[in-house]
Amino acid sequence: MPPYLPPPGLDAGADLVADKGKKAPTDRRRFLQGSSALAGGAVAATLAGPARAAGEALPVPAWTRTQGRPAAGPYGQPSGFEGRVIRRVREGAQPPFPTAASSLTPLADIFGTITPNGLVFERHHAGIPDIDPEQHRLVIHGLVERPLSFSLNDLLRFPAVSRVHFLECAGNSGSEWRPARKLTVQSLHGLLSCCEWTGVSLGTLLQEVGVAPEAKWLLAEGADAAAMTRSVPLDKALDDALIVYAQNGEMLRPEQGYPLRLLLPGWEGNISVKWLRRLKLGTAPWQSRQETSKYTDLLPDGTSRQFSFVLDVKSVITGPSGGQTLKSRGRQQITGLAWSGHGRIRRVDVSIDGGRNWEEAVLQTPVLDRALTRFSLPWLWDGSPAVLQSRAVDSRGNVQPTRSQLIAARGTESAYHYNGIQSWQVLPSGEVHNVHI
Amino acid sequence: MSTSERKPLAALIGALLLSSVLSACHNLPARTREPLGLGTPVDAAQLAAWNIDIDADGRGLPPGSGTVAAGQRIYETRCIACHGVGGQNGIADRLAGGQGSLASKTPVRTVGSFWPYATTLFDYVRRAMPFDSPQSLSPDEVYAVSAYVLHLNGLLPADGRLDAASLPRIVMPNRDGFKVDDRPDVVGTRCLKDCVPGS
Repeated sequence: MPPYLPPPGLDAGADLVADKGKKAPTDRRRFLQGSSALAGGAVAATLAGPARAAGEALPVPAWTRTQGRPAAGPYGQPSGFEGRVIRRVREGAQPPFPTAASSLTPLADIFGTITPNGLVFERHHAGIPDIDPEQHRLVIHGLVERPLSFSLNDLLRFPAVSRVHFLECAGNSGSEWRPARKLTVQSLHGLLSCCEWTGVSLGTLLQEVGVAPEAKWLLAEGADAAAMTRSVPLDKALDDALIVYAQNGEMLRPEQGYPLRLLLPGWEGNISVKWLRRLKLGTAPWQSRQETSKYTDLLPDGTSRQFSFVLDVKSVITGPSGGQTLKSRGRQQITGLAWSGHGRIRRVDVSIDGGRNWEEAVLQTPVLDRALTRFSLPWLWDGSPAVLQSRAVDSRGNVQPTRSQLIAARGTESAYHYNGIQSWQVLPSGEVHNVHI
Repeated sequence: MSTSERKPLAALIGALLLSSVLSACHNLPARTREPLGLGTPVDAAQLAAWNIDIDADGRGLPPGSGTVAAGQRIYETRCIACHGVGGQNGIADRLAGGQGSLASKTPVRTVGSFWPYATTLFDYVRRAMPFDSPQSLSPDEVYAVSAYVLHLNGLLPADGRLDAASLPRIVMPNRDGFKVDDRPDVVGTRCLKDCVPGS
């Protein structure tokens, strides 16, 4: 059997670059091999043969011999064979209040960088309201020259802006502060999604009402049964905040804030208030429950960080990942997602030996500002135990820390903003588990 | 062609270019700081039912008052099923106790041990509680429930009463326990070969 080489279609190097002006890893023979990186080319020749046996003749199946169903109908659905690709509550979690709970994106089973609308993670504090868009209003008042009420139709008459940004809950990956549980990447890190968001620049609306010079903060309030509020610094509101009415080409889903939400790129998801009904300008933060009792980061000395908005650089391998089983030795495709609230992803390194040696992964382009970035790297698995890790670097030069580094600095009671390197142990059986090293 | 003859030509070309740009854009609003004139004016009376936020200085607190005793009666009918007897051991967030625990290995975050402002309690109960019927309590009832929860934490005596003047003056034990975000406080290193795992 000849040594395995990736077919041309799998050679990602030709159109993928890791960083502008920097040489990308384009060598098609560049693999992570065995469980010790770069173990030598001979390994590839001896174990890389794919399980390709001479088989029976290909049949002509029933679906080729008969007409299919009529056109898919008013709103298309995924294939019935994809029924396992769904949002789920975290394994083992039994939220006492089903309307104050979350569901997680199936990160191992989605592709590219855009999350389908039906799979975008959820976090609600008082359920999903059924808001009549004709009745809904967004009021902007407080320290402004002209308090105004906007209907959805008003907002659709402003210049529309579309941007791709990730959304991550501040509590994503929070179970990793605790001892390792054998959970899937969906359960561990699935409070993470990425959409093309369309709406109006908040700066444009603030221009419409006229901001008073003494205004420094604004209160964003939802119309749900939590009437959830967060205080937003005016600088962020004027910089890049969006009032969003659409995601991935259609109106917002009810669970994403229909018909209006705030979207603060790169910041913890909780502050992108859904079902947005009111923005009030003032001089200081309001100290609402969601920015004092929650979404603050308790440190070992008993003090807490507050207004910890930005999500730091982070990445996770989504395949192979927890709960999966490698079916055969030989070529595997390591793939995952990287993101940073500080800017673009510059590079992602991958290790198969628990962090001793690292190889730079290939980034799918375009690499967008504060958006999910897909990385991948081929790996020749020789069947020995391995520990897979990824480590992202963002455009500010921030390097994703290890779990040990995070805990040394913050203890284990911070609850929020976990961005440590994820470790997946691959056993000789091919089983993949979450581990801490 | 002399220099003096070129100038009118240049001016003419410039004028043509300018007019073509203007004619292409004349139906579009200029990119100025002028408002577009969209939206409807709204006054305080129209906004009253939505304008319910209380800030950390107590601005926005409504008239009215409530006692610890009245709050206990409301708590025991409207709150106790989720928050438990005395604000502990319920299925919802623990409300009382935990003071002095924040720097320990098992910190307990409650209104009394963790929340920096008493005004937050009034604001949150008023807008989001009781869970099964938010925004159903009167201002007097919200003052009373707030008074009872503060009493459970030793922050108001059994015969205490709260109103718009007294609530913001309650000094919460963890008032100074918060600091400005100074992350990224932990940044990794980009070692590539023979690294120490976890470091």
